[in-house]
Amino acid sequence: MKANYGYKDGSGEYYITIDTELCNGCTKCVEACPENVLEVVENEMDPLAEDLVARVSDEHRKKIKYSCAPCKPTTEPRTLPCVQSCEPGAISHSW
Amino acid sequence: MTTIGIDLGAKNTKVVILRDGEILTTASVLSGFDQKASADEAVNNALRNVGIARDEIKYITATGAGMDAITFANDTVTEISANARGITAVFPSVRTVIDVGAEEGRVIRLNENGKVVDFGINEKCAAGAGAFTEAMARALEVDLEKMGEMSLKSTKAVPMNAQCTIFAESEVVSLIHQKTPKEDIIRAVHDAIADRITSMARRVGIEKEVALVGGVANNIGFVDSMTRNLGYDLLVPKDPVVPEFIPAYGAALLAQDELNGG
Amino acid sequence: MANSESKEYWRWTESRWTNPDLDWKDGDIISAGVDVGSVSTQSVVMVDGELFCYANMRTGSDSPDSANNSMNWALDGTGLPLDKIEYAVGTGYGRVNVPFAKRALTEIACHARGANFMYGPSIRTVLDMGGQDCKAIRCDHRGKVTAFLMNDKCAAGTGRGMEVFADLLQIHINDVGRMSLVDVEPEPVSSTCVVFAKSEAVALLRKGWSKEKVLAAYCGAMAHRVVTLLERLGVENDFAITGGIAKNIGVVSRIEKELKVTAPEPSIDPQLAGAIGGALFGKALVEKARKKA
Repeated sequence: MKANYGYKDGSGEYYITIDTELCNGCTKCVEACPENVLEVVENEMDPLAEDLVARVSDEHRKKIKYSCAPCKPTTEPRTLPCVQSCEPGAISHSW
Repeated sequence: MTTIGIDLGAKNTKVVILRDGEILTTASVLSGFDQKASADEAVNNALRNVGIARDEIKYITATGAGMDAITFANDTVTEISANARGITAVFPSVRTVIDVGAEEGRVIRLNENGKVVDFGINEKCAAGAGAFTEAMARALEVDLEKMGEMSLKSTKAVPMNAQCTIFAESEVVSLIHQKTPKEDIIRAVHDAIADRITSMARRVGIEKEVALVGGVANNIGFVDSMTRNLGYDLLVPKDPVVPEFIPAYGAALLAQDELNGG
Repeated sequence: MANSESKEYWRWTESRWTNPDLDWKDGDIISAGVDVGSVSTQSVVMVDGELFCYANMRTGSDSPDSANNSMNWALDGTGLPLDKIEYAVGTGYGRVNVPFAKRALTEIACHARGANFMYGPSIRTVLDMGGQDCKAIRCDHRGKVTAFLMNDKCAAGTGRGMEVFADLLQIHINDVGRMSLVDVEPEPVSSTCVVFAKSEAVALLRKGWSKEKVLAAYCGAMAHRVVTLLERLGVENDFAITGGIAKNIGVVSRIEKELKVTAPEPSIDPQLAGAIGGALFGKALVEKARKKA
């Protein structure tokens, strides 16, 4: 499943996509994120299964443009710790 | 040498008349449906203030969202350039300008010569602009001008979850129903917009000194929230012009620079 | 706001229904789904996976009360007591505040499952346009989510945005869609943000545009916005629209036109998808527990 967390508003489109087919629930992204945007929980989109997957926490979903801002400076080359820490490559950002 | 700077903003049209570097007068009118007519009206009001005839004006530079409608202007400049020029004249030590207008928030980083190094704009979403505080004032049935003073009386930080102006209106109404003091709600409103502006500023990079301009800078509650976020005082222009006139002032100065040979 | 108090242009009609062909006493598993949305609350009771009764009403200021009220109204006159419901699922914005629910499930999973029931197993793309959010969901033939995208940060593209316009133009929310079907389609409103779109609409009215033309411009803008959201996921046929906006022909017809697809006419109130999905998950969870035991 491709889970897109975030939003689109007048100013732009801001989504973090987690591919749950690739995510192994290892929690490395949770540790890597300096803003505590990510968490690992039971896959809520499949209530009959019990596998663990990463997701964007409720607290940050409506403001990831701001929550993720420290990792996205306008000038310096940016590195996204969550994307880098994910060995199976399950995380991507739309902006 | 007399020049004029016009800032045709989303809400107000501001005019500054400059003679040999000195501000002669300023004027502000609501930006109407016909933008050129608003610019005309503001210019005529300003000229009348000081008894100057229109043909004494050597150069007019326009800026702001509606600048292209001002067909009688000699030149147009971006809000970024106008802000940079205006603030450098008032506070030469400023390296970061935070401009919060009615419909846009802007952060501009300057070098020691007042040149623009980088900037960020939050546009097309009311939550990051003055329109947000205006809508909240309406929902609270409080005069916009009283918002600042009232929020300073707040004793408790209450959370505001909505990130959208429309949803925040409903949240404010439910906070009122829960008997939350208006002062605390207003502080939450200022904290919410200050958080969004601060985060945008951090992306651009904040360097001291930091100046706050644009109409929202007149709101001492917002200034207070910004000060709390940054941990130090921000510079808010008072003399020779108040925050919302900085771009018009900058445009008038750029008009003068143009006549002096760039 | 004064207008909304004297005349409530945004207020839509509440409803309830009982299946005349079904007797709950003959059933094995009685399950329920309660979808407590920000604007509306639906309670659905199913007997062995068949629709037994439902109620659809406006959400009050208190979520547990709204859940109780809608369930009481759904059960009203059916003779089915609440304690005979074996498994109730809460879903939607207020899902954790359903007092009689055994579990709270995300509305995305419930909507996919509900749409699968309402429109059949060939449904692959579901667009749910609720009161305060907009969701695009891709699912498989069992109604299992394969991709999703949610937008609940911004009022544009939600029922709330449409309510703001109904109020501004003083047109009843039920009439907005039909009235927007003008002969010559105007340029859509250019602002996404509802606050700015409202200012734009005021300027258009001042310019002499009719209310119908302004509505057409707004419905067009809303349709375009959700189409761009859908494009992120990709649209696969069959395609269905659920949620309150599914009743707005002005938005639905423009989405269909832009995507070049036809959303099937719902046989059941499209606002019920989430609650139906919840009730179906309730049944599946009972079966799962029985298998284990």
